[in-house]
Amino acid sequence: MSHLNVKVAAIEQVTEHVKHFTFISENGEKLPAFSGGSHVVLALNINGRIHRNPYSLMSSPLNTEHYGVSVRKQEMSRGGSVFMHEQIKVGSRIQITYPVNLFSISKLSHKNILIAGGIGITPFLSQIVDLNRMDTEYELHYAYRSPEHGAFRQQIEDMCGERSHFYVASDGQILDFYALLSKQPLGTHVYVCGPEPMVNAMIAAARDLGWPEKHIHNEQFTAPQAGESFKVKLALSNIELEVPSEMSMLEAIEEAGVDAPYLCRGGACGRCELDVVSCDGSIVHHDNYLTNAEKTGGKKIMPCVSRAKCQQIVVNL
Amino acid sequence: MNQTFKKETFRDDYTFSNSPEAVKRFPFPFHEDEYMYSVNIEPHVKTAVGSITEFTFDIDEHYVAECEDKAITLANDPQRYLCLPHMMDAQWDTLELMMESMSNDYPEQFNLTKEGDNWTWVNKPLGITTKFVFGDESSLPMEPLEYIGRQVQGDWVMLDQRDNNLFADGAIVTSQADWSLAIDVGMSWQEWHGPVPIANEIGVFDRALKYLLNLQLGSPVRRLNWTMTINPRLDTSPENYPIWGPDRLSVTPENVGDKVHLRVELQTLFRLPRSNGMLFGVRGYLISMNELVTNPLWAKRLHRVLKGLHPELAEYKGLSYKDITIDWLSKYDDGTSSE
Ligand code: HEM
Ligand code: FES
Repeated sequence: MSHLNVKVAAIEQVTEHVKHFTFISENGEKLPAFSGGSHVVLALNINGRIHRNPYSLMSSPLNTEHYGVSVRKQEMSRGGSVFMHEQIKVGSRIQITYPVNLFSISKLSHKNILIAGGIGITPFLSQIVDLNRMDTEYELHYAYRSPEHGAFRQQIEDMCGERSHFYVASDGQILDFYALLSKQPLGTHVYVCGPEPMVNAMIAAARDLGWPEKHIHNEQFTAPQAGESFKVKLALSNIELEVPSEMSMLEAIEEAGVDAPYLCRGGACGRCELDVVSCDGSIVHHDNYLTNAEKTGGKKIMPCVSRAKCQQIVVNL
Repeated sequence: MNQTFKKETFRDDYTFSNSPEAVKRFPFPFHEDEYMYSVNIEPHVKTAVGSITEFTFDIDEHYVAECEDKAITLANDPQRYLCLPHMMDAQWDTLELMMESMSNDYPEQFNLTKEGDNWTWVNKPLGITTKFVFGDESSLPMEPLEYIGRQVQGDWVMLDQRDNNLFADGAIVTSQADWSLAIDVGMSWQEWHGPVPIANEIGVFDRALKYLLNLQLGSPVRRLNWTMTINPRLDTSPENYPIWGPDRLSVTPENVGDKVHLRVELQTLFRLPRSNGMLFGVRGYLISMNELVTNPLWAKRLHRVLKGLHPELAEYKGLSYKDITIDWLSKYDDGTSSE
């Protein structure tokens, strides 16, 4: 996967728990164009271990002089959000992926209902720019806890005007999914991003009302490929190596100077297949090549995408 | 780079031929003595100087003649460019990708200057200078994909990604191996691949689609496909079958070397940024049997691949002249290794 090297140009405290970060490219050039709803995955080096955190791009797709992301500090998790809040400063350098869009607006929809809860508003900010530009019909429904949490309300009112609707829980304003969805014309698509219970309730309501699955969208991120590190022994070349968490097994084998076969590097072509001699744990298959029987059989691995959860896996290479 | 462009034709008198350099860089597609469909997709990374994948888009000695042939085909049949209205972003994405890559990679031939959204495109080999406003269709003489597609060798299909599938929702197609854009436009991955034998049963299409749905911006991929064509003809469309179909019957043991061509497609796939769509390129390379056998290893290997070719593949590819070609190639195959 290709990467972009960016530098933090500005940090803004948006609410008590949310910071907004502005990235510019390290070489001063424009960043790649992207589509509304895209996210990037940040590679954060936390005490020597790479954490990969996806964040929605909330800056305008029409201006790629910079990218913007907002991060809510999740005190409970040990992941990257605390690091972003406490360690990342203006001038910090970060490696990010190219934008990926797993939450794109259907180009054939007649109308779009966007539903956001709290920090789940972020992917919609870039989508709204696209929807306005393409003159597509939409409504935005944004629910948040209390006035202090309505971080982006003013910006949204400016962008959407009468198409925006706000629901402030502390004022007793409740977003009723059934009421909202049951009055929509045929061909409407609905998009939701927010806390899990809200996402699930929205999806359940849409299904209940008989909406086609293809018209119900919720935000998804690319699963970070990295996992635990593990040791590999190449039986034929008699080499032992370690696959660090941020590297694929194929990359680690290549790094050790061994010529391993490959083609697609994405678990589809079958070229990299290796025979497993032994494994004192389990193989975590991520490929689309091996059959289910082969996967459970544990005698084969596709090292371009798959990993092992074990002390040592021995392969015939 | 100092490229000279050949004057040649791909119809009527068929004056097309490859220079020795073009033969040398020909993308011979077989890495073993047998062939079956597979998910032969790999990253579209730049390779050695002079090779066909040195740059993102390959501009070679046939560039001007191929673009001229394309213009003739489009003039005779405007349906070779078709695009659904929701693909306008993808059209601009495609135009930008091509103009930026070509002007960076071939600065002697192509030049792009930008002042904000006011762009100037200079294509020296075709003698084109156009000033236009990026994103404003009315500032170009035709829609963006048709405009730029006329200036890049090969066929270009734009895919919309939705419902976990790809849809061929716009394209410029003038050199296809016997499939019809007018029929396929708007179709899904499974629908347009419907006529292909065996590939579906061996899981090739499912795996390839899953892979492509994950295609990342900035990480294009490529694969090779191949077929054979009688005469160096680019436009082998079903629409014009009456013109080229009968040529298959004209092959004799005496004219195999001249008439029978191996046709290799360099297929490239790019994620498009603003539309989140995809661009699929099919860039064809033609080589006559006479040219091909100047490489003794290619001659041996093609002989063996054709001999062992699954009958359903031969039938699908329309190789009714296969046996005459195998006979002709057999004199170049002494049975020794083709490695
Ligand atoms: C997404 C872009 C693609 C488009 C638009 C496309 C389109 C087509 C079309 C129109 C045909 C001709 C079908 C006919 O006879 O009517 C074809 C054939 C075929 N396609 Fe694709 N294709 C794409 C990608 C791929 C990929 C990635 C693979 C990888 C395995 C693939 C494998 C094949 C095969 C094996 C054939 C038969 C070719 C032959 O024997 O000459 N295609 N494709
Ligand atoms: S390289 Fe293609 S499956 Fe691993």
